[in-house]
Amino acid sequence: MVKWTDQERSTVRAVWEQINIDEVGPEALARVLIVYPWTERYFGSLGELFTASAVLNNAKVAAHGRVVLRALDEAVKNMDNIEDTYAALSQLHYEKLHVDPDNFRLLADCITITVACKLRSAMGPQVQATWQKFLSAVVDALQSQYH
Amino acid sequence: MSSLTAKDKETVKAFWAKMASKAQDIGADALNRMLIVYPQTKTYFSHWKDLSPGSAQVLKHGKTVMGGVEYAVTQLDDLKAGLLSLSELHAFTLRVDPANFKILSHNILVVMAITFPEDFTPEVHVCMDKFLAALALALAEKYR
Repeated sequence: MVKWTDQERSTVRAVWEQINIDEVGPEALARVLIVYPWTERYFGSLGELFTASAVLNNAKVAAHGRVVLRALDEAVKNMDNIEDTYAALSQLHYEKLHVDPDNFRLLADCITITVACKLRSAMGPQVQATWQKFLSAVVDALQSQYH
Repeated sequence: MSSLTAKDKETVKAFWAKMASKAQDIGADALNRMLIVYPQTKTYFSHWKDLSPGSAQVLKHGKTVMGGVEYAVTQLDDLKAGLLSLSELHAFTLRVDPANFKILSHNILVVMAITFPEDFTPEVHVCMDKFLAALALALAEKYR
């Protein structure tokens, strides 16, 4: 289980408060599909993904981006128990969706970069370190039911 | 090896032109973030007195590294040939585990996003990521 200092908890919450799920979700998912196109293998039902502008204008991508970020909200609310909170999601990603967990890392990096665009200098190095520690914990939790 | 299309190269050069004047600051910020966010990278700098943010050594080295990236932008048509001596330096003298190139690249991308939030679109993001990956590959060429 991951240990958090009070400073780290307040940093994660402070970053999260500045994030608009409806903006960041769609953009982060669009980035992962554009920057790492092999991730499209998991999104056959999302329709047109051939070009960057197709991805950016795809309403299903945007909707799914919001779904992903809403799940992250659960992790922020349950920082001391991310693994249990995500057990069912992990099972889903393994048994039904068959997602290679390396893709979670790719999406996490795209979320960080999208958030960096919004927060700019408010995402100083220490904030980035804490935020990435949080996303690593989420990635590990998503991988926890893989066997 | 390098799969940069003509369009990728154009995008890299165009974005670089925008950021050239801030390149040194970006390099220093990226290196600083790398040392803080990925503390294991500090092991390569045990000979430095001061690894704190804003230290003269970090600033100077950020500039040096970014100078290398700037040079790579001029060698896009053959990164392997262009970066030969830098590769030899990293392989035989510095002996940096190439996994760290990816780490530094990520931090360079984060600082680009922070500095140019409007210009660092997903299209630019993918080109810069490809470029830095190709650069890293060229840098690792002489390792074994």
